[in-house]
This record gives sequence, C-alpha cells and structure tokens, in this order.
Amino acid sequence: MIRLEKRPQPSRAWSMATPLVAVLATMVMGGLLFATLGKNPVEAIRTIFWEPLFGEFAFYYRPQLLVKGAPLVLIAIGLSLGFRAGIWNIGAEGQYIIGALTGAGVGLAFYPMESWIIFPLMVLAGAFGGWAWAMIPAVLKTRFGTNEILVSLMLVYVAEQLLASMSLGLMKNPEGFGFPGSRNLQQYDSAHNAELIAGTGMHWGVVAALIAVIFSYVLLNRHMLGYHIRLTGEAPRAAKFAGVKPARLILFCLGASGALAGLAGMFEVSGPSGQVSIDFNVGYGFTAIIVAFLGRLHPVGILLAGALMALTYIGGDIAQGNLGLPSAAIQVFQGMLLFFLLALDLLTNYRIAIGKPEVA
Amino acid sequence: MDLSAINPVLLIASLMVAATPLLLAAIGELVVEKSGVLNLGVEGMMIVGAIAGFAAAVETGSPLLGFVAAAIAGALLSLLFVIMTQVALANQVASGLALTLFGLGLSALMGQKYVGVKPPQMGRIDIPVLSDLPVFGRVLFGHDVVLYFGIALTAAVWAVLKYSRVGLILRAVGENHDAAHALGYKVVKIRTLAILFGGACAGLGGAYISLIRVPQWTEGMTAGIGWIALALVVFASWKPWRALLGAYLFGGVTVVQLNLQAAGVAIPVEYLAMSPYLITILVLVILSADKSSAPASLGRSFHASR
Repeated sequence: MIRLEKRPQPSRAWSMATPLVAVLATMVMGGLLFATLGKNPVEAIRTIFWEPLFGEFAFYYRPQLLVKGAPLVLIAIGLSLGFRAGIWNIGAEGQYIIGALTGAGVGLAFYPMESWIIFPLMVLAGAFGGWAWAMIPAVLKTRFGTNEILVSLMLVYVAEQLLASMSLGLMKNPEGFGFPGSRNLQQYDSAHNAELIAGTGMHWGVVAALIAVIFSYVLLNRHMLGYHIRLTGEAPRAAKFAGVKPARLILFCLGASGALAGLAGMFEVSGPSGQVSIDFNVGYGFTAIIVAFLGRLHPVGILLAGALMALTYIGGDIAQGNLGLPSAAIQVFQGMLLFFLLALDLLTNYRIAIGKPEVA
Repeated sequence: MDLSAINPVLLIASLMVAATPLLLAAIGELVVEKSGVLNLGVEGMMIVGAIAGFAAAVETGSPLLGFVAAAIAGALLSLLFVIMTQVALANQVASGLALTLFGLGLSALMGQKYVGVKPPQMGRIDIPVLSDLPVFGRVLFGHDVVLYFGIALTAAVWAVLKYSRVGLILRAVGENHDAAHALGYKVVKIRTLAILFGGACAGLGGAYISLIRVPQWTEGMTAGIGWIALALVVFASWKPWRALLGAYLFGGVTVVQLNLQAAGVAIPVEYLAMSPYLITILVLVILSADKSSAPASLGRSFHASR
C-alpha cells in the first residue's frame, strides 16, 4: 500500500529539484498537448526553448529575454514577499497598469520640455502609483479585515477600465488623428526608457529588477523585517509570540509588491511598449504569480524562473509564427507548469512510503 | 440622456438573467466552502464551462446538452483541484489561482473556431396561466429552464444543508475536519464530492453566460464574474438564500449600469463599467467585520496521519 508520511523537516534536495522536475513534466505534457493540436511535439518544444537562445535569429531574440523577463522578475520579487507571509496580492496586474498610467502621466505632463529630471520623476510616480493602488487592499485588510485576494483582484478590472478611459480620453495623443492611445514616449527623449547599451535589451527596468533581487535577498536573510516575514509564513503562532505586528507586515508586503509592479509598468510604458493604449497590459501581473512559485519564492530562484518564463513567451511567439501554434497554447503551457510545481511540492514535505504503517 | 428609455419590466427580467450565472457559481462555491475548502478557481471553471457548453450546443444543436457538457467540463477541471489539494496537499490559494490561469488559457485554446458562431437558442418555458399574467407573467415566468433550475438548486442546497444528514456531515467536515475524521467520516471523499459539485455548478454558470446571456463566445468573456461569485459567498455569510439575494443585487447593478450606458448618461462608459467591481469591494468591506459564520476549517489542508 502506498501512503504519505510527513517528513520531520522539509527536504532541501526536493525543494531544489521540484522546479526542474516540474519543467520537465510540463515539457512532456505540453508536447502531448501540441501533438493533439497536430503539431510535431519535439519541434514545438525545441522552437520554444532552443530557438530563442541558439537558433538562427538568436541575436534578435536574446535581448527580448531581458525585455520580457525584467517586468516578470520585478513583479514576482514583490509578490514573493507577501506570499511567504501568507499575504496574497493577486492584483499585481492592476498595480502594473496604474504604475504605467501615473508614470506616463508625469512624463506626458512635461511634454515637450526636455530635462534630465523628468525620467527620475516618472520612476517615482510609477512606484507611487502602484504602491497607492496596493494600499487600497492593504488598508482595507488592516482596518476592516477585508479579504485582500478579492479586493486586489477586483481592482484589476477597475484599473483596466481606467486604462481604457485614459487612452481614449485624458492621455490621448492630441496629434494622433483621433486614434486611441497616448503620445509615443519613445519619441520623447526625456521620458524614454531607452536601451542603456544598444542591441542588448538592457534598459532601466532590467537594472531595477536586478537591484530588487539583491535587496530582497538581503531583506530576507539579513534583516529583522525579512525574518518576521518568513516567521509569519512558517510559524504564525511563534510570530505572534515574537511580537510581529501583522498590520505592519501587511502594509509593507502589499506596499512593496505594489510599488515594484508599478515600477514594472512604468518601465514598460516608457520603453518597450512606448505608449498608453487600451491593450497595454498583457498579463505580466498574473504570469508573475507563476514566476514567484517557480522560483520557490526565493530571490535567486525568481531571477532564473523569470528568465525561463520570458523564454516561453518569446519561444511561444516564434512557434506561433513558424508552426502556427495558437498563443493560447502557451498560456495553457504556463498554467500546467504551475500545476506540476504545486503538486510536486508534496515530495518536499512528505515522503512516499510503501508497506503497512507501523503501529505507534 | 433619456432615462424614460429604460423599461422597468425589461429591467427586472434582464436582472434575473444577469444574476443567474453568479447564483449558480456562488451556490456551488458555497457548498465547497461549507466543506472547508477554498477553491479560488471559480473563474477558470466558469470560462471552461462557458466554452465547453457553447461548443457542445453548437455541435449537437441542443442547448440542454450544452449545459450538461458544461457541468461535466467544470467538474473535470475541478477534479484537477481535487488532485492538487486533496491528494497532493498543495496550498489551496495557489492551486485555485493555478486553476484559473490554466482555465483561461484552455478556454481560449478550445474556443478558437467558435468565435463569431451563433449558438442554438434555448426555448423559454411557457407555463399556461402564469406566463400570460399581465406584466408579471412575462417578467417572472417567461424565462428559460436553467434560470429556474438555479433558484431550485438554491432551495435544494438550503434544505440539504439545514435538514439532512448529508448536510450535517458536510458542515462537520468544514467546521472541524479532525473531529469529523475521528468520528469515522471520510474527510477527503466528502470534500472531493463537494469540490466536484462546485465545479459542475461553475460550469453551468459559465455556459449560462455564453449560451443565454450574451449569447456568443469571446475570449475571457466571464470578465471576473467567478471572482464576484467568490465575494458573494462571503456576502451571503455562507447562507444559500442570502446568496440568491446577493446575486440579484449584483445582477441589478450590472443591468442598471448597462442600461445607463445605453441611455447615454453623462458618466463615461468606463466608469460605469467599473461599478460592479467597486460595489463588490464596498460590500466586502461592510460585511468583513463579521467572520463568525465562516467554516472554521476553511482553507486548511487535511492529512490523516493517525
């Protein structure tokens, strides 16, 4: 008889191995999925994971890895702080949108003035926008005990409507011949989040993502607040006795993840995307949830997971062009990955035993 | 602006239609939560139900078969949640999110060839005397079968939870799974059945949107209704009749908002479209002070170690 035995301590080896096993399992299942769609599974998997890195046009796709990975890592780092403490911000998509709106708003307000101060102000505004949007569920939770999952998620839909309203109204390009969408910030030097080294995809968002990884690592391992976050997640009762103030933790975790998501949105709107438009957001805020878990809520893990997820985005685009693989298939693929990851986590905390249980 | 264009009779009729998907999903989730499980995958199960029902109805030409298929599809997807949370003991919040992300992708994949297709129409029931009553006849008794099924289901769930042995066991498992286990009840089996029921209900709710309310298929068409259904369960304090009341309230907000858009009120369309979500938040805030009625084991994993 097969049964589960709780391990006295979570297995470190399995904790490291599950993401890899999950990726492999997803490749197999994903291959089956692609086969049922009438595509050659081996070729599809190769296109997604190999082509962007080492294929014929890799010189074009490699920079994309940084462009797509930076927002994912930036958002996932913020989310991981809360997830560790059992604070579930799943509205990062909304905070991302609001950060883009406030960031771009500041930039557009200065148009056509040129000054070095404009971009730093936009960065601050973006972070502030995301922070403020995340403060809504945070304050409602600390004040009234309202469920932060539902509130933060509802605010995504509100933010999407706000985005539509802005790109059709207030922020619409007055010289845009009536088309929806704002001025293109790529053509406005002071507000443009340009590549730092041409042709590498390296922009300020990538720098910010790396800084966030380092800060989060230091915070979690070397700082009292980080310790409190981990303690609350792993032993809530002990945290209570240790004098951890839950309200402070909620405000910090939601605020930090909101600010980082806002930053991601701001860097995206002023760089790769260029303008505020109705379809500006592409679901980074939700994919970042997968990135956070795939990276085991660990800063370095998230960095790697973000790169892998960016790879599936880019590879998915290539597969769409070359093999006609529908873009939704990649979404299913990413969802599968999260499933495998969560299910395999069982092996970290439990051991599979075969035979009859001993009588205690 | 022309408010006189809004017909109160039609308003109530369309309110009932708008409320039904919410009601179906919320009643399902209510039973799931009563058993002590928090399934955040309602949105994912709804949208998969929406496309599965739509596809089945188009292929067979029978909307009723579409609803059956939707319920099966919703239950199948929730089976994944069962494997995650009841067998693999994964975190319920994360698993529910995974279910929603996966469901949104899967539905988009399944629905590719159904964009722009018109589904077969569902017949309205015609109750001889009642449907012919002036004004109220049309409003209350001129709808499709599924709408009445939703109300009947509410009554059934209420009666089962309150008066039957099954309901008592379900509530025991949700309040204290260790005690229920000690009494010899199969906690995992009971929760599995509850989750499957919730999945089937969410699937039905999704199909109601794609087959009757809209009726057509577009990607992501559930637009957060699954999440509002989750909020509705909190609003209802886990009581079926209050879920019905809440669903009609939210349905009302949606319909009034749409009518105001059509009547050309001076408020921009986007701000009107926000209102159901903002009102959900507001209601959550007002009601979150009282958590006493939540099942005590809600969201906790159960592993029989002894």
